[in-house]
Amino acid sequence: MTISEVQDGIIEEFALFDDWMDKYNVLIDLGKELPVIDPKFKVKDFLIEGCQSKVWLHPEYDGKVITFTADSDAIITRGIVALLIKVLSGRTPKEIISADLYFIEKIGLRQNLSPTRSNGLLSMVRQMKLYAMALEGRNKQ
Amino acid sequence: MKEIAKIRTDFPILGRKVYDKPLVYFDNGATTQKPQCVIDTLTEVYTTYNSNIHRGVHYLSDMSSEAYENARGKVTSFINADKRVEIIFTSGTTGSINGLAFSYGERYIKSGDEIIISHLEHHANIVPWQMMCERKGAVLKVIPVNDAGEIIFEEYLQLLSSRTKLVSVTQVSNALGTVLPIAEIIASAHSAGVPVLIDGAQGVQHGIIDVKKLDCDFYVFSGHKIYGPNGIGILYGKEKWLSELPPFQGGGDMVDKVTFEKTTYNELPFKFEAGTMNYPGAIGLGTALDYVSDIGRENILQRENMLLLYITERLSAINGLKIFGNSTQKIPTMSFHLKNIHQYDAGMILDKMGIAVRTGTHCAQPVMERFGIEGTIRASLCFYNTKEEIDSLVIGIEKVMSMFA
Repeated sequence: MTISEVQDGIIEEFALFDDWMDKYNVLIDLGKELPVIDPKFKVKDFLIEGCQSKVWLHPEYDGKVITFTADSDAIITRGIVALLIKVLSGRTPKEIISADLYFIEKIGLRQNLSPTRSNGLLSMVRQMKLYAMALEGRNKQ
Repeated sequence: MKEIAKIRTDFPILGRKVYDKPLVYFDNGATTQKPQCVIDTLTEVYTTYNSNIHRGVHYLSDMSSEAYENARGKVTSFINADKRVEIIFTSGTTGSINGLAFSYGERYIKSGDEIIISHLEHHANIVPWQMMCERKGAVLKVIPVNDAGEIIFEEYLQLLSSRTKLVSVTQVSNALGTVLPIAEIIASAHSAGVPVLIDGAQGVQHGIIDVKKLDCDFYVFSGHKIYGPNGIGILYGKEKWLSELPPFQGGGDMVDKVTFEKTTYNELPFKFEAGTMNYPGAIGLGTALDYVSDIGRENILQRENMLLLYITERLSAINGLKIFGNSTQKIPTMSFHLKNIHQYDAGMILDKMGIAVRTGTHCAQPVMERFGIEGTIRASLCFYNTKEEIDSLVIGIEKVMSMFA
């Protein structure tokens, strides 16, 4: 599936629910499917420091694609990072760098979980793209 | 006291809905809502007599200056200060403490001197003193707290010494709601010859504050936490101190005579009010204080004590909920944890139920560290809140617990 197809699937899934409580339940369930980070990477180097909850994110690069694993101490945040991983993990650095993540807007994540009030969804996206840029750079060397 | 339903209609925002649910506003520790009369005052200033104060000879400037000075008079009597020159308008509690820490440091502090604060302080009563200590080579001493979230008074007495140059403590802990024994703190400091600053940001709106009776040397608070406008605050200081202290900002209106060789300063209180002051804010604060006096501060205190008892009873009955701050002396601010649930998750769900609480460290990281936690959920109530709203919070907490269990 392409990045767009995965995003469209997520948008469809969230469209089934009008109530934000139900959407949160989807996020909570998604959090349970999160590919969990190896405990040895749950250290400061892999921490995306947010205002309210902690997120650890680790990239694994096999020379072709980046596989992300992550964890958070808050369950809703786990769900959000799981969504991002669903879309961006297993992609080439190029795909990740150029990905247009329109699903965030479409499912109402931006208004409801904006970076000023939560652990920046946007800092997670930025960190994933930064890893992709760094790893792509390493590839070129 | 006016009927609560009637009081609530004084605050237009309390009638609104969020996510289609009636708003339950339990974030009064962060900022309070404004009664219509305060909103009307701001509109009146800007629509009928807006003009810079103490500047023009014209009609509007006179009106504006008079309203501003009238507000100073209202603050003077509200906290029962001796003289109106002891009331300095600032931008808020943070502005007051930063300004004072600078001036006090310049005038009185040298290397090796000590400032005492408590472990319950908001960052605004920690960082300005740290900055000053760094500049002057002085040392910050911290009164420890016990497991109930109260300062340990004997330890405070131990800290007081000939090196102590100032005690600066909060009246009420913003994170836990503990009311500190400020009268005793002041009396002990004074018997050691040390002046005291009281941070009234969380105290001025709960009960009656009388700076003369307390005999505190400095008292600071923010307008927006006592139903007034944002961006206005008070620095009260005894005239004896304010006369001795140098200004913390230079600019217009605070000067007597300016030449390039030397500037002499204006008299009190203007010496500390450089530049264009937030006069609409000051005038609005005057209206807010009138409003509070009309409701009656005794009435407010009684109602808040009733709410404190009720919320303590309801929250204590919830299995898996732990309250931080169990002093017998409290305002209705409840800081708590839900077992195995991150405060951020809880806050997000409560928000969607229309309940506004604060989650996190509440700008008091040392307090969190003292209790070995990364943050709490804080419900901070005031007199316009109701038992029904507390019931809604309890339903919200039960929902959170069922979702994350």
